Amino acid sequence: MPREDARETAEAVARRSYGKLIAYLAARTRDVAAAEDALSDAFAAALGDWAAHGIPDRPEAWLAAVARRRLIDTARRRRRGEAAAPYLQLIADELAELAAAANAVPDDRLLLMFACAHPSIEAAIRAPLILQTILGFDAATIASAFLVSPATMGQRLVRAKSKIRQAGIPFRVPERAELNARLDAVLAAIYAAFAEGWSDPAGTETRRRNLAEEGIWLGRLVASLMPEEPEALGLLALMLHAEARRSARRNAAGDYVPLAEQDPASWDARLIEEAEALLTRAGRMAGEIGSVGRYQLEAAVQSAHAARRLTGTTDWAAIERIYEALLTITDSPVVAINRAIAIAETHGAAAGLANLDTLAQDARLDEYQPYWAARAGLLARTGESEAAEAAYDRAIGLEADPAVRRFLQERRAELRGDGTGSA
Amino acid sequence: MKYMLLIYSNEAAGQAASKAQTDQMIAAYGAYTEAVTKAGILAGSNRLRPSTDATTVRVANGKSQVLDGPYAETKEQLGGYYMIDVPDLDAALSWAARCPAASHGVVEVRPVWTM
Repeated sequence: MPREDARETAEAVARRSYGKLIAYLAARTRDVAAAEDALSDAFAAALGDWAAHGIPDRPEAWLAAVARRRLIDTARRRRRGEAAAPYLQLIADELAELAAAANAVPDDRLLLMFACAHPSIEAAIRAPLILQTILGFDAATIASAFLVSPATMGQRLVRAKSKIRQAGIPFRVPERAELNARLDAVLAAIYAAFAEGWSDPAGTETRRRNLAEEGIWLGRLVASLMPEEPEALGLLALMLHAEARRSARRNAAGDYVPLAEQDPASWDARLIEEAEALLTRAGRMAGEIGSVGRYQLEAAVQSAHAARRLTGTTDWAAIERIYEALLTITDSPVVAINRAIAIAETHGAAAGLANLDTLAQDARLDEYQPYWAARAGLLARTGESEAAEAAYDRAIGLEADPAVRRFLQERRAELRGDGTGSA
Repeated sequence: MKYMLLIYSNEAAGQAASKAQTDQMIAAYGAYTEAVTKAGILAGSNRLRPSTDATTVRVANGKSQVLDGPYAETKEQLGGYYMIDVPDLDAALSWAARCPAASHGVVEVRPVWTM
């Protein structure tokens, strides 16, 4: 067989099976770094072997077997350092188990995700860790998406993997009593990956755009592995709703189009329908449990916005109620800002502004652009042009996206154009 | 895996506690120790005398320095430990949460470095 075909097949299997193979190898040993090394050796071996002998019937199982042998070899060499005996025992048990399972590689990705998002792993590194172990992203790619230096990201990933092994973090779906909090950490990590990608609306940075797609892919994975968890479905619905409006955020000239001015016809109806179906299913399950989680509520907000495509109007009273419910479970200033925006629609700009004022003490908002943009918009509507200009300046100074910056600058200029500017 | 559950608590608050409170606490620790023992995971446990009884030693440039008191003057001090042998971190964490110290101080969970 030509070498190129072997390479292509190996790469295809790598893309499809990377996370599954890492999870399978690491779940037995808790050693993610060793699993990565072993798998990378196995891929290298595949290139030579498959070119010479043809592609095996089950490429995934072939890679798993070679990688497993590498893991055992490594463990033997390490015998002096750490206790190798339990490690070898684990792998030996697994060998027997695997033979019984007729060469099918079990899917332990969910267990790997729970290990990566364990509360003893630093919260900020959970999403990068999942991207690396499940999707095979290298540290440099992750670093550029999260705006961290590659060296720093590399070190933090290494430290996290070491902690999984040394602290004995289990590869297991947590017990019911703890499941909600733990699942929330997994979902938060996936959402963080998605949000990093979604925050590049221009789609000019391929790496970040991919991140949004990968976030959805991970969301689908968790929703398929835990179909009875309403929050897993809620997160997927939330991401699909957001994704449905991705391209609507820019017009043909590349200018920013705020949600209220987007043409619903430019939204992706297929994604919206999928999101709605998920949310309905989640709602039915949540109804049985008697509690609705954060992601379902956030998806419900998106759903209310998406309804404009059918009704032509936005039900702000409903949106206000959902944010009210969200605020009771998250206590997040971001949610509070959004609620204030909804109040401005239901009770007038002055009421919304009064609501925003109650948040002004929160120091986190000093560098939060949406707070200043919301404030500026409401001040403009209540005729406080001078204060609105100042708020727009803060928002403009905090914005990294040139299209949004331009949009804010235009809004600021309109303050004077309307003749309502400060005297 | 072996884990050390390090108990940190406020010594001043402990000393200021009433007799009834102290008795209640001692009983709670007694029950916890029994539970850990019955579970067959106890690898060692001790309560430590207060940090006022501590002495700190350091050798710098060949000279030993002996200081009265604990290593760090903090509100919460190391007051004792349980060494347990359980399958993984989650099991260690759930035992740490049951330790009375988790409610009146903090329990630091550290895996033992196996040599």
